[in-house]
Amino acid sequence: MDVVLLSRLQFAAATMFHFLFVPLTLGLAFLLAFMETMYVRTGDEDYLRMTKFWGKIFLINFALGIVTGITLEFQFGTNWSRYSGYVGDIFGSLLAIEATTSFFLESTLIGVWIFGWKKLSKKAHATVMWLVAFAGSLSAIWIITANGWMQHPVGFTIRNGRAELSDFMAVVTNKFAILELIHTLSASYVLSAFFIMGISAYHLLKKQHVALFTKSFRIALYFGIVSTLVVVVEGDTHGVHVTEVQPVKLAAMEAHWETTTRAPIHLFAIPDEENGKNLIEIGSIPGLLSFLGYHDFNAEVKGLNDFPKEDRPPVFITFVAFRLMVGLGTLFLLLMFIGFLRRNKLSDSPLFLKAMLWAIPLPYIAIECGWVLAEVGRQPWIVYGLMRTSDAVSPIASVQVAMTLLGFVVVYGLLGAAGFYLIVKHARKGPDAPAKS
Amino acid sequence: MVLETIWFFLWGLLWAVFFVTDGFDFGVGALSPFLAKTEKEKRVMMNAIGPLWDGNEVWLITAGGVTFAAFPLVYAVMFSSLYTALMLILFSLIIRGVSFEFRHQIESPAWKKIWDTCFFMGSVLPAILFGVAFANIFKGIPIDQDGVLQGNLFTLLNPYGLLGGVLFLLLFLEHGALWLSIRADAGLKDRSVATAQKIWPLLLAVAVIFLVATAFATPLYDNYLKNPVLFLILVATVAGLVGTKFFLNKAAYFKAWFASALTITGTTFFGVTGLYPNMFPSSLNPAYSLTAFNASSSPLTLKIMLTVIVIFIPLVIGYQIWAYTLFKDKVNDKELTY
Repeated sequence: MDVVLLSRLQFAAATMFHFLFVPLTLGLAFLLAFMETMYVRTGDEDYLRMTKFWGKIFLINFALGIVTGITLEFQFGTNWSRYSGYVGDIFGSLLAIEATTSFFLESTLIGVWIFGWKKLSKKAHATVMWLVAFAGSLSAIWIITANGWMQHPVGFTIRNGRAELSDFMAVVTNKFAILELIHTLSASYVLSAFFIMGISAYHLLKKQHVALFTKSFRIALYFGIVSTLVVVVEGDTHGVHVTEVQPVKLAAMEAHWETTTRAPIHLFAIPDEENGKNLIEIGSIPGLLSFLGYHDFNAEVKGLNDFPKEDRPPVFITFVAFRLMVGLGTLFLLLMFIGFLRRNKLSDSPLFLKAMLWAIPLPYIAIECGWVLAEVGRQPWIVYGLMRTSDAVSPIASVQVAMTLLGFVVVYGLLGAAGFYLIVKHARKGPDAPAKS
Repeated sequence: MVLETIWFFLWGLLWAVFFVTDGFDFGVGALSPFLAKTEKEKRVMMNAIGPLWDGNEVWLITAGGVTFAAFPLVYAVMFSSLYTALMLILFSLIIRGVSFEFRHQIESPAWKKIWDTCFFMGSVLPAILFGVAFANIFKGIPIDQDGVLQGNLFTLLNPYGLLGGVLFLLLFLEHGALWLSIRADAGLKDRSVATAQKIWPLLLAVAVIFLVATAFATPLYDNYLKNPVLFLILVATVAGLVGTKFFLNKAAYFKAWFASALTITGTTFFGVTGLYPNMFPSSLNPAYSLTAFNASSSPLTLKIMLTVIVIFIPLVIGYQIWAYTLFKDKVNDKELTY
């Protein structure tokens, strides 16, 4: 295998593994801060037990997110050195700003939170978790701004044989990045909500710690409903913007080959990338793609065949990832709606609780699909329209990359298994018994 | 010209702070199998750095990020040409990081053994490899005009590179032993103090050999000979080393730790100042070397980043000092978290 493909696989493995932990960190941090604040304000010990229970799971997840995050910053240099040299003026600054403004705060304060229960006042301790939560989401702002720039580069000029920053404000107010940010953050909050509701459902089904888990469930439910609605509304705007700046990605995510008006969406299709058509199309809804892209059922949508073959992303992966993401998102909306109706009789809704337990992995799948769509759909570009992925790779031997890819698969596989085991163990065990008064 | 020079020394400073802060974490990890006699002592060692290691490690992320932002070509060539060494550091940091959170989760000797090994390996390897990498940078790396390494990991494991590795390991061992002298109690504290005493002459000997070898293996002294006032950096470094011993003898462990921090900072700046304006010199042809001037970002980026650094780094230092003061006392048995 060549060094480009190996490096892409390594990047995909490292990034997708990292992103198994990031969303829960982002969302759960706010919920923990909220729970601890409720404890400080009401003095209700249930909230303290709740904070400690979810906190344990949070920290295992957080540790895995932290250690896998370092890889991400290093691998631009190790594996994508030509990319780093070409765009470092802009991209590198965003990563450095992230570390300085956000990651420092998050990493320093998490240590204070873990060890500071008896060293700080209750109020100060809860404030520390709020800061951890804000720092986490602030991190996301910078990282997504960096990714948004790769999706839709702005604010630069080509000078001295590289992309140099010409307008910093344009980079930080990049509409693509802002939409992507709202999408990623709210999707992460949805994931966290499902995680809490799923584990709470497990205990509610077993009729243990009912009061504590009913509270947890409701907190997550309200958080989740708001977040899901944000994803839906933003997703709609996002579609229009992708159509505007990345028309070929839109065409690929719908396997749309010929330029037409009243362009349809196929519920399912098998694209034939060689011959530029779909082998099978099932459940075609005319005009829906035109509406998605232009908010007009009659709009003309450019098809893949009108883009040079060497500029098209892999269609099948992009198409499937989009379908899975949207399909699951719709399911989440439905589950949230049922949850809202059943919010006051959760313990009497075993079927719903069971569904919520089994729904835990689904937002993970949806969020990974979202990244596959964003990143694979951007191919063959590493920076859309500016630099090709094949030109970005480091001048290193493929055997080196093969070795480290193997290393990542083995080490991450083992750590993932251990982390999964520990989280399941704690989740099942439930919170500590209430302190005897 | 001025902007690039400011950035060059900021770059050196960030590495120095990383070595000072995470350096004692590495030292504690590397000493863990030798100093802890009981399960409780093992936990005390982990808890002595438990609240701080994560914030310390971000200095590495920032040093890396700033290299990327201010000197993209250095970042690109350094990280890709030192590929295998960097990946080893990365894997080490990964297993070290999780060992804190994982070790205490299951009460099984076999499980704990796994994470004790990860904690140890994940501390020793980076300590040595950072030394090897920086010594090789001082010496010059065989990179061609495209920044491609003409060699492999073993090219880096030359005598001077290995000497750098030993020097860094000893610096961090001393630094870690001093931190434990501050935060550990009873037997563990006594053993830490004794270790710091034992390592000190070794460190002194290796430091002297390193300084002499540097004259033969690298062009670092050229800058000093051109501008002898710079020898003050070396004087400060030596003062730190002597001060470490002086305060150690007086059982003033905090002061000894600060003196050790001065030694580490001085060592880093000794190298960085000798390199200037080179950042990643080529041993094949000086024309291929990456310098603060031919590898830097645009003036606009450098200015924006400087603004960010000037505002936020003092803030970071502020809240990190606060965190350090929270966790500077003896590790309390009842608060063993890890």
